[in-house]
Amino acid sequence: MSEVARVETTQSIEIEIDYMELDNIIEEDFNNDKENLIMIIQAIQRRYNYLPRPALAYLSTKIGVPFSKIYGIATFYSTLSLEPRGRNIISICLGTACHVRGGERVHERLVDSLSIKGGETTEDKRFTLETVRCIGCCSLGPVVKINEDVHGHISSDQVDKILDQYK
Amino acid sequence: MKIESIKDLEAISQEFKKKLYYPEAIKVNIGMASCGIAAGAQASFEKAIKEFPGDNGIKIHQSGCIGFCEAEPLVEILGTGKPRVLYKNITEDKILDAIEDYIEGNFKKKWILGQMRDPRSLLEDDIQNPVADIAPLEKIPFLEDIPFYHKQVKIALRNCGYIDPDSIEEYISKKGYFAFIKALNDIEPKEIIRMVKESGLRGRGGGGFSAGKKWETCARNEGDKYIICNADEGDPGAYMDRSILEGDPHTVLEGMLIAALAIGSSQGFIYVRNEYPLAVKRLVTAIKAAEKYGLVGDNIAGSGFSFNIKISTGAGAFVCGESTALMASLEGNVGRPRAKYVHTVEKGFRQSPSNLNNVESYANVPVILLKGAKSYTEMGTEHSKGTKVFSLVGKIKNTGLVEVPMGISLRDIVFDIGGGVPRKKKFKAVQTGGPSGGCIPEKYLDLGVDFDELTKVGSMMGSGGMIVMDQDTCMVDVARYFLDFLKEESCGQCNPCREGIKRMLEILTDICEGNGKDGDIELLEELGAMVQKFSLCGLGTSAPNPVLTTILYFRDEYEAHIKDKKCKAGVCKNLFYYEIDEEACNGCTLCAKKCPQDAITGEKKEPHKLDNEKCIKCGICYDVCKFDAILIK
Repeated sequence: MSEVARVETTQSIEIEIDYMELDNIIEEDFNNDKENLIMIIQAIQRRYNYLPRPALAYLSTKIGVPFSKIYGIATFYSTLSLEPRGRNIISICLGTACHVRGGERVHERLVDSLSIKGGETTEDKRFTLETVRCIGCCSLGPVVKINEDVHGHISSDQVDKILDQYK
Repeated sequence: MKIESIKDLEAISQEFKKKLYYPEAIKVNIGMASCGIAAGAQASFEKAIKEFPGDNGIKIHQSGCIGFCEAEPLVEILGTGKPRVLYKNITEDKILDAIEDYIEGNFKKKWILGQMRDPRSLLEDDIQNPVADIAPLEKIPFLEDIPFYHKQVKIALRNCGYIDPDSIEEYISKKGYFAFIKALNDIEPKEIIRMVKESGLRGRGGGGFSAGKKWETCARNEGDKYIICNADEGDPGAYMDRSILEGDPHTVLEGMLIAALAIGSSQGFIYVRNEYPLAVKRLVTAIKAAEKYGLVGDNIAGSGFSFNIKISTGAGAFVCGESTALMASLEGNVGRPRAKYVHTVEKGFRQSPSNLNNVESYANVPVILLKGAKSYTEMGTEHSKGTKVFSLVGKIKNTGLVEVPMGISLRDIVFDIGGGVPRKKKFKAVQTGGPSGGCIPEKYLDLGVDFDELTKVGSMMGSGGMIVMDQDTCMVDVARYFLDFLKEESCGQCNPCREGIKRMLEILTDICEGNGKDGDIELLEELGAMVQKFSLCGLGTSAPNPVLTTILYFRDEYEAHIKDKKCKAGVCKNLFYYEIDEEACNGCTLCAKKCPQDAITGEKKEPHKLDNEKCIKCGICYDVCKFDAILIK
């Protein structure tokens, strides 16, 4: 049920889709090729910061792949999001090395401070909290990546100070 | 210029070798792999390049990661007739001082990791060591002698940290593409396969299947064939493939080219994990450069052999590291594995014969061809030849990437190379093989590490992550952690994996929360055996390993959780509380200042008190106390 509800939220948000630009992505960057479907979906997410339903519906007819299959892909892969995401994406690393060095405590602190769980976005759209499993910076663990910045050797008492840097 | 022969390669090699080993200016190589950048190398690089734009006798370059991640950002400085020095922890505030230190010739010991005795790779034994005649610096250790590097033998990592990954010419000057051109002009495909088979190279991604046999079967099958590189490095705690792609992307391309030649393929794919944007960037640059020199593309070196490479990025699914799931994802589908009644070397990508190896496996291939299969077999154990790269992470002093001959003991890796557990804590276990592996206890530390020995103790090689755990790691929590990971990552199509993992996780969560019951351990063992036997793919069949090995070696911890409701490691929140040791506490007030709940009170220089009603067990006090005065009860 929750999956269905999610689509409805997405639908109710008004967003302007530039279909010419979408065409460029599908045709020129990816040759209108079904094999490139995942990379096209990723490109759409890069453009809109999430996957707007109208864009996916357009992609479906354009490339000749059932909408259900596109929905399947969008829900299967963890980096794809059907919901609008925040201005800043926090990726808390929960890889094994970060886990044994106390990453879970940092995670708890983030959940506490932002009052959202993994995968959710704050109401003011300032932050989206995502969990990742290892970004390969194990020597700096526990690690939090915010947008492109990697913050290493984080302890839970530093969390609020770091969040303050992002508006 | 298009490269057609070894002679062409030699010409480029001669020219760039000079720049590599005998630069006209002082050369500053800043380690710019993701790990270095995260530690601050980007800022150091920008500051250095602003100060030295290149016209005042100092040139700033980038390089890959040389492995010692703990001391990053690492900066190597060299000049003709001068020693090659590796500076450690060179953040933005130190970079200009480090360069000055080198120019002035002070060589401040505490800034330096070591001096290099020999910067050549194992393929360059035909040239003279460029620093052979330079008087070594006094009181500065040789890099090769410090414990972290002493036992290492670099094959797959031979160029990482030694060249600019964006420069194909520097790769060529390290004997890059020599193996491919030699194979193209002089070696029959069957002979290439024979060499790889004889070398005993086994798949470095975890399966450990003979690469030569795989190539042989794929070559035998009819149809358009595909060469695929698995760079979907999903095991948490393993990052050697990222380091190779970011530090030496051409070696992967060369390995794939050789495989294509041997198998008879004209199209290759590299499937890279979404989390590795820098690896993708370096690969794109590398492929373009190789195309420019005519090493990738149509009619390579006028031979009639064509090979093109396409990069595909994953979108975040651990299961896509499995070969059939990866191929499904390459085709633009949901990455679900299929049963392997028919192997992918027969029907894989696009229902055609497909050869899939991982990054590290391909990186070994050029060396096997140039040095010969026999020299490769001289390293390693009877059934596991050559070297393996491990990422040594977790509760360990020297975090980093190490490449060691197969058969070296776990003790050597953890204690000699890794420097043991920091903060005088007690070693508890080392976890190998990622979520498919197991936890190996202290009693097996003298085990020689190879594919078969690790399997014998219930773990596996996997892709080479080694996560060291100490007394503060709860083994029940570790097992729960891995199952939580696998529950998220199970593709959900077969019942044993989808339901079995979920049920095991529920039981483990109960145990960790203090609701464990008699019989839970036995139930976990029974469920584990079922999931192992009946799951469809490798993810499921290996999923119970972390649970079963922790039960096997740390059953007492499980029992303490269930019967005594105690977590001695202080991880499972319902099963312990903190107490201040009044003898050890000297009233430094640090914990009281840091406590977010104001649960710790006390006068300066007097033993403090902790109010368990207020305490949320966040562990900050335990971490900050320098006198071990916070006890876990």
